Amino acid sequence: MIVWSGVDLSIARGEFVALLGPNGAGKTTLVQAMLGEIPLQRGTLEVLGRAPGGSRGNIGYLPQRHDSDGHARLRGIDLVRLGLEGARWGVPLPVPRRLWGDRRRAAEARVAEVIELVGAGDLVARPLSELSGGERQRVLIAQALAPEPSLLVLDEPLDSLDLPSQALIAALVQRICREAGVTVVLVAHDVNPLLGYLDRVVYLAGGSALSGRPEQVITGPDLSRLYGVPIEVLRASDGRLVVVGAPDAPSVHSPRHGHAHP
Amino acid sequence: MSPGQGLGSAGPQVILDPFQFAFMIHALEAATAVSILAGVVGWLTVLRREIFAGHTLSVMAFPGAAGATLAGVPVAWGYLAACTAAALVLGPGTHAARRGFRDQTALVGTVQAVGLSLGLVALSVNGSVQQDLEPLLFGSIVGISAGRALSLAVLTVVLLALLATVGRPLLLTSVDPALARSRGLPVGLLSGGFLVILGVAVAAASQVTGALLVFALLIMPAGCARQLTSRPGPGLGLSVGLGLTFSWVGLELAYYTDYPLGFYVSSLGLSSYVTLRLLARRRGARASGATAPGEAR
Amino acid sequence: MLDHEFIRHALLAGSLVAVGSGLAGWFVVLRAQVFAVDALSHVAFPGALVAAAAGIDLRIGVLAASLGVALVMARLGSTSAERDLAIGATFAWVLGVGALLLAVLAGGPAGGGSTVGVRALFGSIFGLSTAQAGLVAGVSLGCAIAIVVMARPLLLASVNPVVARVRGVRVAALELGFLAVLAVEVAQASQAVGALLLLGLVAAPAGAAHRLTRRPFAGMAIAAAAALLSVWVGVGLSYRIAELPPSAAVVLVAGALYALAHLVSPIRSRWGRRPAAPWT
Repeated sequence: MIVWSGVDLSIARGEFVALLGPNGAGKTTLVQAMLGEIPLQRGTLEVLGRAPGGSRGNIGYLPQRHDSDGHARLRGIDLVRLGLEGARWGVPLPVPRRLWGDRRRAAEARVAEVIELVGAGDLVARPLSELSGGERQRVLIAQALAPEPSLLVLDEPLDSLDLPSQALIAALVQRICREAGVTVVLVAHDVNPLLGYLDRVVYLAGGSALSGRPEQVITGPDLSRLYGVPIEVLRASDGRLVVVGAPDAPSVHSPRHGHAHP
Repeated sequence: MSPGQGLGSAGPQVILDPFQFAFMIHALEAATAVSILAGVVGWLTVLRREIFAGHTLSVMAFPGAAGATLAGVPVAWGYLAACTAAALVLGPGTHAARRGFRDQTALVGTVQAVGLSLGLVALSVNGSVQQDLEPLLFGSIVGISAGRALSLAVLTVVLLALLATVGRPLLLTSVDPALARSRGLPVGLLSGGFLVILGVAVAAASQVTGALLVFALLIMPAGCARQLTSRPGPGLGLSVGLGLTFSWVGLELAYYTDYPLGFYVSSLGLSSYVTLRLLARRRGARASGATAPGEAR
Repeated sequence: MLDHEFIRHALLAGSLVAVGSGLAGWFVVLRAQVFAVDALSHVAFPGALVAAAAGIDLRIGVLAASLGVALVMARLGSTSAERDLAIGATFAWVLGVGALLLAVLAGGPAGGGSTVGVRALFGSIFGLSTAQAGLVAGVSLGCAIAIVVMARPLLLASVNPVVARVRGVRVAALELGFLAVLAVEVAQASQAVGALLLLGLVAAPAGAAHRLTRRPFAGMAIAAAAALLSVWVGVGLSYRIAELPPSAAVVLVAGALYALAHLVSPIRSRWGRRPAAPWT
């Protein structure tokens, strides 16, 4: 099945990039291709200088919201620990703290550090199911961040959050990107909550893509052409851009020019 | 006259031949009744994802029978009591589990193990039920009296009438409990009540198929129907129709070959299920991404 | 009581079965797979019948049957509704085959001979020879060690399979490995101590542990400890009360512990609440 074609883009290290587009535009498909979960039908893709799947240990990933039972049942701190050491065989020995080895001390310090970084110190003692949407995302971002990845892939982290939480998470991700020097690819279908924080946007819609700095790409004519419906870009009194009219589920069959299959 | 003599006869005669015997007529009546009941209840069981609970209830036939022997009451009453008791434990438990964290498989497994243990205790106190165990586990088409066939038919009518009354709310509760609760429906009562009905249906059906294979009659027709449609009406119809087909064909085969009914019912069921699932997968590959409406995930 | 050799055997084998099934059970409950264990324990019986018919060691037949079903289950996909249906359909058919074999072996549907099945289901922990007890203990210990070794990746794969894959965990292989461990454990248990005992020891202590703590590794330890306690108390009770079969006693104690855990659970009171955001 052809989701998109003729897409050519590159993301520099340390950039905060938003992958935008309506539902069904193939954002998650692109993310899965980046993670090596699905192969491309045609074309090449390189992640951190290697083929997708080749640098797996070096990617932090926050999947689209999914609530497996076990997931919601564990405490935040255990999830963050799993994010760091989940791939290691065996179990931690039940010994008092003073008998811990260096490796374990370092691991606990790292866990404490990422929890501090996302400001989830008072959340992680509770199970995920007792947290609000925004709190939950902070814990899960800590989980993805724990193994010090070079690339952080966040799939729809703002989905079904209220507006203040969306702004909080967007600011947090930008801070992580700057402070930890992590490249961030954030998938979203609405650009507005992210606009102040991004380095670059990639729009996927109508089977093709558009990428660049927000102020270059986010223009009424470009977006209108991409989505196939009239879209206006307004400048608010404080100078921020606001995109109006982007529909959530436009026709994916809008006219396209490329013929190459990805 | 031994079964097997009719094999040389002409087509319709072969099919009708077994029914010159009263026991086969009773078996046919009983199998028809429980197939209809199991088709409907099984479809709901599959929809509600309570297959494990269904199996656990069907296993309760063992403590039921052992307990009944101990207490000196008819075995059928023991079935009924044990299945109802287990359903009453499972009902509130699974409902509560569904609202909070869903560890209901632990509950269902524990209930099954404890139930079997109680049966084992009753067996051990009795000294012996061993010789009765096999028809209990695998059923027997020879032992069904006219009275029992009639009582199974009556039970089927009563339970179906009950299900018909609560049908729509039960369906809504099964598909979307939150919506049902917001409409003011007694979700807990409906869920628990369904398990009791399931328990009674299992107790009834296991008298024909045996305790171990009642499960085949319960979920296989429903599983096949699920591959073909997710609409309630046609789904229920298909489930009943397939259940009847399996048990009728199975009865004929069991009569002529002298092997257990349950083997034929489960083999017909599994082969249909696998075939339909492969067909559904091929169809799914052709029209990928099209999800059926009303699908309960 | 410990003067009797059969009690020592029972305690040795039972303790290790308890540790193995407690640890495995914690994951089984987390992954909502108790039904799979149930199915595995039922197919042991036709497996034993096939072996009996072929004249080979029953344990080989049982092991082959449960490993085969474990393989089928591992391939059946992950959406829970369809998975349960497929497991149910498969094992209902395997039971049907068992019924057929029984009829064939006994020469008719009314013939006796369900003792193989009864034995597979209920077993007898008091009837173990030294060699049997050693084998059960050894296999259970191996299963317990395997679970401990795979604990952390399996935990990650259970709560978040995609993240596990991204982190380089081979999720499918791990899940198959876990099912295989379960199959081995069930197969040997059904020949020695009974599948019933195993199902009880997998479901109840682990269910109790999940009610008592959310900490994963503490939960595993509690599950194993509760299973051990069930075996010791159950064996003791069964020794005192002649009518109480040992496997039933152990399961009843485990069931009582499970009920108790529900009553004292620190978790339940807060779990009535649904998640705050529109997430579910």
